[in-house]
Amino acid sequence: MKIHEYQAKEILKSYGVTVPRGKMATDPYMAFDIAKELGGTVVVKAQVHAGGRGKAGGVKLAKDPYEAEEVAKKMIGMKLVTKQTGAEGKIVRKVLVEEGLNIKKEYYLGIVIDRSKQMPVFMASSEGGMEIEEVAANNPEAIKKEYIDPAVGFQPFQARKLAFQIGIPQKLVGKAAKFFLLLYKAFEESDASLAEINPFIETEEGDFYALDAKMNFDDNALFRHPEILKMRDYEEAEPLEIEASRFNLNYIKLDGNIGCMVNGAGLAMATMDIIKYSGGNPANFLDVGGGANEESVTNAFRIILSDKSVKAVLINIFGGIVRCDVIANGVIKAAKKVGVEVPIVVRLEGTNVEEGKKLLAESGLNFTLADGMKDAAEKVVALAK
Amino acid sequence: MAILVNKDTKVVVQGLTGREGTFHALQCKEYGTQVVAGVTPGKGGIVHEGIPVYNTVKEAVEKEGANASLIFVPPRFAADAIMEAVDAEVDLVVCITEGIPVRDMIKVRKYMSGKKTRLIGPNCPGIISPGKCKMGIMPARIHKEGNVGVISRSGTLTYEAVGQLTVRNIGQSTCIGIGGDPIIGTVFIDALKMFKEDDETEAVVMIGEIGGSAEEEAAKWISENFKKPVVSFIAGQTAPPGRRMGHAGAIISGGKGTAAEKMKTLREYGVTVVESPAEIGEAVESILK
Repeated sequence: MKIHEYQAKEILKSYGVTVPRGKMATDPYMAFDIAKELGGTVVVKAQVHAGGRGKAGGVKLAKDPYEAEEVAKKMIGMKLVTKQTGAEGKIVRKVLVEEGLNIKKEYYLGIVIDRSKQMPVFMASSEGGMEIEEVAANNPEAIKKEYIDPAVGFQPFQARKLAFQIGIPQKLVGKAAKFFLLLYKAFEESDASLAEINPFIETEEGDFYALDAKMNFDDNALFRHPEILKMRDYEEAEPLEIEASRFNLNYIKLDGNIGCMVNGAGLAMATMDIIKYSGGNPANFLDVGGGANEESVTNAFRIILSDKSVKAVLINIFGGIVRCDVIANGVIKAAKKVGVEVPIVVRLEGTNVEEGKKLLAESGLNFTLADGMKDAAEKVVALAK
Repeated sequence: MAILVNKDTKVVVQGLTGREGTFHALQCKEYGTQVVAGVTPGKGGIVHEGIPVYNTVKEAVEKEGANASLIFVPPRFAADAIMEAVDAEVDLVVCITEGIPVRDMIKVRKYMSGKKTRLIGPNCPGIISPGKCKMGIMPARIHKEGNVGVISRSGTLTYEAVGQLTVRNIGQSTCIGIGGDPIIGTVFIDALKMFKEDDETEAVVMIGEIGGSAEEEAAKWISENFKKPVVSFIAGQTAPPGRRMGHAGAIISGGKGTAAEKMKTLREYGVTVVESPAEIGEAVESILK
């Protein structure tokens, strides 16, 4: 799960990590009040779930409350197109208004899970403010890493080591190390999958701040973090994806015209791949789960067909232990209930496959039966044209 | 031969008395797997569907000689269940459970270091050595005893690949679903090492997907250590970056873990990579000729 910068900063603050003073505003008048309360120059930052905001005009300075109000007025409601949003961009609905700080130097901090080593890794770099992927590609030595032993956690000596390695002035190393340790504590205790502070800044006054903050969380661990779950911003998600999640369906909207309904995530990805390979374009990723039944198929149909660009649907079910005739009956009932009008190609595999096919063929509905994934993909691509 | 599971494998099912546990334990038993015990804390002493239930894995090991555990415990208790099985010193733990927090799995992996137990999964279909032992939720009838090893991060996509082999009359030595999570007990290289030592395995099908770098690491290892032919497919060639594609581990992050990159690396290291998931069986057939 992703959250906004202002929410990440709230979490970090609760752990004692220093963040600039500031508040979130949903309208320009709020922005004025916050700027007035903060005093002096403020920074207005667009709150969307995407990086690259600065270059896209999503971060602006304002020297007084009136200017903050003006900036916020322009920013709220604007479509922000950054490197990460894609061409369609994201509508800005909230801004963060923060105190301006006297930046002396920018650094980078990031914590992720290293899959191969099966432990968290704390990364730090003197190359702050830049995209870390770029630094990793052009200057990998600039990224210093400390792996964290899950038995003992992140140790002070590791924090100091990183601080020295990225060139924190000697007299400030203790202060920086303390920041690193608190940041790790926030990461660990909130079941984050990513915590990124870019830039992490040193001010002229010799203090450290998380000038920007990005945190992602492990969806599987949200059950133990109701406070984080509450931070979910539904406006950032595709409405159909929210609808799908209500029925425990895994749906991701794409930009093609062939709807896909598949059981299992790997097979669902492979089905999208073979559609593309056969010259078509998938409209979505959809995993109906291992046991595809009438209810899940009905909901899946509804969601796939709500996307008006869908011209044909491919159902690819590898029955596993569930019998194909049972699945076929579910598909027929669901199609009737939803009133499917586009052509549907069905590929079923598993026990009682012949009976399943017979049921589909005799249903009187617009089903095209396919043998194997290749045949199914070719048929659905032809029908979608 | 096959690897990890065979006719001598004695399985204890953790979470036997639950709906999933009961159903799949019986399916495994029907296949011929020795399902010797179940564990449900607090239900010790009963006999469930003909299988004796114990309170702890240790008891199941001591009283029934279980040497492998199959886990169907809900996600928030699954990490504890894995560690209990490790503590009871079974040789193999297969964890089917989907949705275990990453932090829990990191602790489990740390706990397991230096101990003898091998973990498969979590979030996986399990393992089957056709004709000998099934320890998982895969449909038994699509499998056929033979000489191709299958390793995959997916469930139903594995069935798809196995189905393609079986219709071509190509049997399998052992099929392992290693799981779709970021932190798993057995990675591609671990499975390849075992297939290397297995005389019965003549070729390997390796099904990867977007996210992480396990496929790339395996590719390098194969080029240096593995002489048997390997056919690979990577799912998610059309997956958008930054989106989790169902599996917790299937995500392209920071431009890393793309299918294109994995396919390129595998090819560079001499692995046969098929572009289409429908070509897996065909590719294996042509290699074995």
